[in-house]
Amino acid sequence: MHELPQTLVSGLALGALYGLIAIGYTMVYGIVQLINFAHGEIVMIGGFGALTIRLWLPGSVPLGAALPLMLLGGALTSVAVATAAERFAYRPLRGAPRLAPLITAIGLSIALQQIVWAFYPDAKKSRSFPQFGGDAFEITGNIHIQRDDLFVLIAAPLCMLALGFFVAKSRTGRAMQATAQDPDTARLMGVNTDRIIVLAFAIGGAFAAVAAVAQGLRAGQINFEMGFILGLKAFTAAVLGGIGNIYGAMLGGVVLGIAETASTTYIQDIPGMQQLGGGGWKDVWAFVLLIVVLLVRPQGLLGERVADRA
Amino acid sequence: MTGTALLEVKDLRIAYGKIEAVKGISFTVHTGQVVTLIGTNGAGKTTTLRTLSGLLTPLAGTIHFDGRPITGIPAHRIVALGLAHSPEGRHIFPRLTIAENLQLGAFLRKDTHGITQDIQRAYDLFPILGERAKQAAGTLSGGEQQMLAMGRALMSRPKLLMLDEPSMGLSPIMMQKIMTTIAELKANGTTILLVEQNAQAALTLADQGHVMETGTIALSGTGAELLHNESVRKAYLGED
Repeated sequence: MHELPQTLVSGLALGALYGLIAIGYTMVYGIVQLINFAHGEIVMIGGFGALTIRLWLPGSVPLGAALPLMLLGGALTSVAVATAAERFAYRPLRGAPRLAPLITAIGLSIALQQIVWAFYPDAKKSRSFPQFGGDAFEITGNIHIQRDDLFVLIAAPLCMLALGFFVAKSRTGRAMQATAQDPDTARLMGVNTDRIIVLAFAIGGAFAAVAAVAQGLRAGQINFEMGFILGLKAFTAAVLGGIGNIYGAMLGGVVLGIAETASTTYIQDIPGMQQLGGGGWKDVWAFVLLIVVLLVRPQGLLGERVADRA
Repeated sequence: MTGTALLEVKDLRIAYGKIEAVKGISFTVHTGQVVTLIGTNGAGKTTTLRTLSGLLTPLAGTIHFDGRPITGIPAHRIVALGLAHSPEGRHIFPRLTIAENLQLGAFLRKDTHGITQDIQRAYDLFPILGERAKQAAGTLSGGEQQMLAMGRALMSRPKLLMLDEPSMGLSPIMMQKIMTTIAELKANGTTILLVEQNAQAALTLADQGHVMETGTIALSGTGAELLHNESVRKAYLGED
């Protein structure tokens, strides 16, 4: 078991990335009961936004200095696309049967992929993304943190703290909770619920961009299809943690990340299961975990019972 | 006591899809008055209040509040004009604390000091709310939730307070307590539009009453007149 600490640290980095994306699903769902299946593409677009900034900056600017601008550029791109999607794709369908926005989301997802594929220079194949590279930090003898993992390990908790504080303590955050719990009554209090919905999409977009930069740093490349599996995993994390709950989304992400990493390390050591371990099976184990949790705790780890929404 | 017309409703018609729930009603609320709408379930009372506060859009007719037309103005802007609505079924925010619920009632106000004072006033009016200020509102009993809903509606310092079925589902003691509070608010000069199924209690308090039947106003009069009207006594006060 000497790999255990390393497995936990690597899983934590992957999980924090999933968690950042899961926040976007869970916030939008919490407020409008819509699964924004195009959210994975919001992540992807943010990655290309960040890459564009890097390419604009002179090559002499070190990555560490470029990173804040890349985050800003990525966030602006993701937020713009997410709020435009809300305004023009989802808002007109607010009174429609649930299937309509769902199909719209899938259509939007394909459209966004194809727009990047067709119009972003050289996006028909993967584009390389800058990395810090270099030696991993040695924490103790058997725990190493890759330099490019460090970003998400710092950014995710900071984002989470800021969001938690905003939702719990600010006037707008309270309006957001009120809208999630009872939208009509929130309007009677003077809350412009349309604006709160836009805000939920915008926060999700900003977090998606942070996740996209984290993913680019880790993988050293981004591509127009990256949003699909990332989105699916993060949606799994949001459901796992209890959809509608922001802390649940992060917890679900971390649990999923660790489980996925552990599955590649340990399952092949179980006698008779050699063929079921390794990287190729990690997605399978992630979804097995989801199924097991939903069987035991349908509302997710931190979810509240639906009957509560009276 | 009673002053100028604060709320004027004229020929108001409201429909859900093709079903017309309110078929042309007119009534007026003067400053300082308590006006009540009574009637059976489905008469259109709640629909009327939801339209006045902007949650529903009327089919036809006009609503003037404080001298200006408010038809078509979104709900979140109507409360800013001084029209507060405590909805049927209380609708407190269950996972927010009692104090946070009250603060949301003052969402559009900027005077922090005044808000703090008014929260204290709500606690004076309903001491149980003060004792449980930090508790999630969903843990309150039905009657306590009603107190919170009323306290929350008062937090916007409304010119007109609309109360929809404040006594619904409450024990007789709690119902008495709520009605006493409404009487106190009236004595302090609060203008109230009250929808109630407990016609006896509502008419006793009201300056003006309107009896709604399937989307129309069947009968109007002062509270005392309606209380002594034979058909009202038969239909709504359980006498024969």
